[in-house]
Amino acid sequence: MNEMLHEVTLTVNGVRRTASVPARRLLSDFLRHDLTLTGTHVGCEHGVCGACTVLVGDEPVRSCLMFAVSAQGLEVTTVEGLGLRPDARDCATGQSMNPVQQAFTECHGLQCGFCTPGLLTTVTAYLDDHLDPTSDEAREAISGNLCRCTGYQNIVKSVLRAAEIKAERRAPDAAEPGEPHPGPVAAEGVPS
Amino acid sequence: MKPAPFEYHAPRSVEEAVAVLAEVGHDGKVLAGGQSLIPILNMRLASPGHLIDINHVTGLDDIEITSDSVRVGALVRHSGLERSDSTHAALPLLRQAVVNVAHPAIRNRGTTVGSIAHADAAGEMPAVLALCDGTVEVVGPHGIREVGWQHFFLGALETVLAPDELAVATRFNRMPPGTGTAFAESARRSGDYALAGVAVRVTVSDGVVSAAAASFVSVTDVPSVLDLTPALGGRELADAGFGSALDQAAEAVREHVAPETDIHASADYRRMLVAELTRRALPIAISRSNAAFVHESAVATVSSRTNAAFEGLGGGRR
Ligand SMILES: Cc1cc2nc3c(=O)[nH]c(=O)nc-3n(C[C@H](O)[C@H](O)[C@H](O)COP(=O)(O)OP(=O)(O)OC[C@H]3O[C@@H](n4cnc5c(N)ncnc54)[C@H](O)[C@@H]3O)c2cc1C
Ligand code: FES
Ligand code: FES
Repeated sequence: MNEMLHEVTLTVNGVRRTASVPARRLLSDFLRHDLTLTGTHVGCEHGVCGACTVLVGDEPVRSCLMFAVSAQGLEVTTVEGLGLRPDARDCATGQSMNPVQQAFTECHGLQCGFCTPGLLTTVTAYLDDHLDPTSDEAREAISGNLCRCTGYQNIVKSVLRAAEIKAERRAPDAAEPGEPHPGPVAAEGVPS
Repeated sequence: MKPAPFEYHAPRSVEEAVAVLAEVGHDGKVLAGGQSLIPILNMRLASPGHLIDINHVTGLDDIEITSDSVRVGALVRHSGLERSDSTHAALPLLRQAVVNVAHPAIRNRGTTVGSIAHADAAGEMPAVLALCDGTVEVVGPHGIREVGWQHFFLGALETVLAPDELAVATRFNRMPPGTGTAFAESARRSGDYALAGVAVRVTVSDGVVSAAAASFVSVTDVPSVLDLTPALGGRELADAGFGSALDQAAEAVREHVAPETDIHASADYRRMLVAELTRRALPIAISRSNAAFVHESAVATVSSRTNAAFEGLGGGRR
């Protein structure tokens, strides 16, 4: 079929990326298929499950409910980019993790990992605005993300732990080991 | 699933958008936040030949507050409305209601005007527009027209908007002095469309209710406002019989609504639910009316009967 193609350029995880795609290409598929950033997962494709959540600017949005053409010129952060953020540190695995990723590993906030990219982006944005959530608030914050495995208990714990790690890393004399990550290089995958 | 192919238009001005809409006619759809339209396209419930993306149109993303009204432009996201403190100060009902729309990630893209144009009977903001006696500003090939809420909604998912018309803003009227508002709904899961919901406003002067009204979510096919003044008007908050006035109001709601049975809840359950939600929301609205401070003890007795349980019903979301 001869569909008209649009040249779409956006900044993904600090890197300018361009691809020619039909107008109907969802941002989720643009990231996964055209840019091969398969960290963003697709569950329901109608906004309900939250697996596809990415940050546009600083805000979480459903990448399955946005066309790539509409994202022209915008800055997008996917789960692959969280380890490049200023509060990310090199961790025991040798990978760079932001506080939320670190907390999910410490608290077993995932099992199969399908929901995890959406939770990590959602919680990352949430903690930028809410420094010290209660566990009720943490529950509310993740209420738009479905997880079929964990029963959510460890995800709630992870949110609370992430807030602590974030506070530790913010403190100027933080005893936290590891160096701040130097910034965007190439997009890396999350540990799987 | 994926959307069917379509031709994409990204106009930069209202005039340009309307010109494209006029050209493509019934084969075109406006794309605002996409939070209702894109699921429909993904599921192939619709496959318009043209999408007119208004996200690059200038001049549509302002909230203007005057002494009479709050005017919300077509590109103001639900989250923008939610965060605006000046809007909250001018018309608290907007934030009280909008936090119940979906989840934050969806509110970050979805527009308030889009949800009114979409006219879902389960949408919160059409009910709010009605309770605020609001107006939709519409631009078409022949210029601007203003449509009052009573004339805007024709049925579930149906409005008077012609295929070549763009809703550029909605105006919500501010409340008279001494008016408190509240919004309450109940959904199976946080962020889901409500099984039933209600927005209420109560005007109190000198400890006496002078006016009250409610509008509804998911229990009427188009927004409708029920005047509750016959049940509550002239009643003194301090009066021991105020509880029976609330019962009367709830009964009036039960008679007014026309819910339908579906997979999520029976019509009877929704009717019971919306009456009870109204009964609980009214005292909260009263406690928020400025005049209520004068008769604080009366309000405290009224609201303490209901508040504890209220949180559990989903009305407590900020
Ligand atoms: C998981 C999920 C949960 C949700 N829960 C709720 C909820 O609880 N309550 C609720 O109210 N909504 C809910 N929504 C819908 C959400 O609020 C939408 O954002 C809103 O209904 C539509 O706004 P939009 O800007 O996204 O419009 P779009 O999806 O872009 O458009 C919707 C329709 O309105 C038309 N339209 C939009 N803007 C205009 C305009 N300016 N002029 C003319 N026509 C226009 C479009 O052509 C289309 O037909 C939910 C959505 C999802 C995905
Ligand atoms: S895939 Fe986008 S919300 Fe489920
Ligand atoms: S870890 Fe499997 S879906 Fe959440």
